[in-house]
Amino acid sequence: MKTLAAAFLSLLTRDLTLALRRRQDALVVLGFFVVVVSLFPLGVGPDPQLLRSMAPGVLWVSALLATLLSLERLFSEDGRDGTLEQLLLSPWPLPLLVLAKVLAHWLVTGLPLALVSPLLGLQLGLEPGEMGVLLMALLLGTPVLSLVGGIGAALTLGLRSGGVLIALLILPLYVPALVLGAGAVDAALYATSPGAHLSLLGALLLLTLLLAPWATAAALRIMLD
Amino acid sequence: MTAVERAAGSRFPGHGLKVRGVVVERGERRVLDGVHLEVRGGQLLQVAGPNGAGKTTLLRVLCGLTRPLAGRVTWDGRPLTGPEAAAHLAYLGHVDPLKDGLSPRENLRAHCALQGVRVDRAAVARALGDLGLQDHEAVAVRHLSQGQRRRVALAGLVLLGRPLWILDEPFASLDAGAIDTLRGVLEGHLAAGGMVVLTTHQPVPVRGDCRSLELGAA
Repeated sequence: MKTLAAAFLSLLTRDLTLALRRRQDALVVLGFFVVVVSLFPLGVGPDPQLLRSMAPGVLWVSALLATLLSLERLFSEDGRDGTLEQLLLSPWPLPLLVLAKVLAHWLVTGLPLALVSPLLGLQLGLEPGEMGVLLMALLLGTPVLSLVGGIGAALTLGLRSGGVLIALLILPLYVPALVLGAGAVDAALYATSPGAHLSLLGALLLLTLLLAPWATAAALRIMLD
Repeated sequence: MTAVERAAGSRFPGHGLKVRGVVVERGERRVLDGVHLEVRGGQLLQVAGPNGAGKTTLLRVLCGLTRPLAGRVTWDGRPLTGPEAAAHLAYLGHVDPLKDGLSPRENLRAHCALQGVRVDRAAVARALGDLGLQDHEAVAVRHLSQGQRRRVALAGLVLLGRPLWILDEPFASLDAGAIDTLRGVLEGHLAAGGMVVLTTHQPVPVRGDCRSLELGAA
C-alpha cells in the first residue's frame, strides 16, 4: 500500500517537474484562455449589460477550448518515449496511475484557468460575489474537463490529427459540465442561489472521478495492444 | 563491485517461462502462427527473423501488452493475464523509456517507484556509476548521446532486479564500448540465473546458454 502511494506520488511529481521545466506549454493554455475571453468585448462591443450577461458562457466555453488545447499532450509524449508502456507494465492498478497523470494535468492547466478567471470576470463586469461563484464552478468543473479529456486523449493516442479528433470526441461530453458551470454563474447573475448547480457539478465531478480513469485505462490498453 | 558482480550476487531461484501455440493477428494478417518456446533460468533466447516476422509482437505478447488470439503464456506455470500481472519481468522496447527533461537519476527513481521497487539515492548512483555514467547523473537526458541513454535504461533494468528481461533490439545503434557494457550486464544477469529474451539482427556476442528461435517471414 505504501509503495502504491509512492508510485502515485512519484508519477505526479515526475509530471509536475516536467511541466515546471517546460513552462511554456502551460502558459500557452493560460494565454489562450485570457486572449479568447478578451476578444469578446472587442467583438461584440463595449455594452456593459450585454457583456455581463454573456460572461458565464464566454468564460466557460473559453476554459473548455483552452483545456482541449492541452489534452493531446497528456499521453502522446509518454507514448512516443516509451514510458507509457512501462506505465502499463506497472504492477499497480492502471486507473490509479492514470488518475495521477490527470491530476498533474489539472494542476498545470485547469487550476490556473480557475484561479485567473475572477480577473477575466472583472473584465466582463461581474460583481465580486459572482466572481466567487465563477471560481467555485471552475474549481469543480475543470477537473471534470481533465478527467473526461483523458478518455479522448487515450482514444486518439498515436493517431494523426489526434488533436482535432479529441475535440470531436470530447466536446459533446463536456456539455453537462458546461451547462451546469455556466448555469451556476447565471444563477448568481440573476440573484438566485447557485447552490443547486454547484451541487450537481460536484456530483458530476465525483461520478467522472469514479468512471473516467477506468475508461481511460481501458482505452490505453486497447490503443497500445 | 561492478554491475555484473552485483547482479550475480542476487540469485534468482529457478523460474520458467513457457509459451504454447501463440497466435496473433494484425488486420487480417497472421503475424504469429502457433509459436512455442520455453526459457529457463540462466538462458538467453534470441528471437531472430526478417523484418515483419513478428519479433516485436512476440515480445509484447510475453509482456502481456498484446493479447494473443489463441495460445497462452505462463510464468512458473501461472498464466499471464495482462500487463499488470507482469511483475516478474522488465521490458525494454526499441526506444529507451526515459523522459528527456529529467536527469538520469530522476528518471531511474521515477521508473523504479512506478514498478514498485524501492531504491535509495546510493543504489541509483551505484547503478549509474557501474555503467560509466557517474558524471552524467544530474544532466538532463536530452543532452545525452544515444549510447548513454541506452546505458541509463540498462541501469533501470538492473535496478528493478526482475528475473526475466525482455529486450527489443538492444544492440541497435550502439558503439563497440556500449555493446561491451551491455554484454557484461547480460552475462551477469544470466550468471545470476536470470533469463533474457531479445531480438536482434546481429549474432549475439554473449557467452552462456544461448538459444535462438527463428520466426519465418509471414
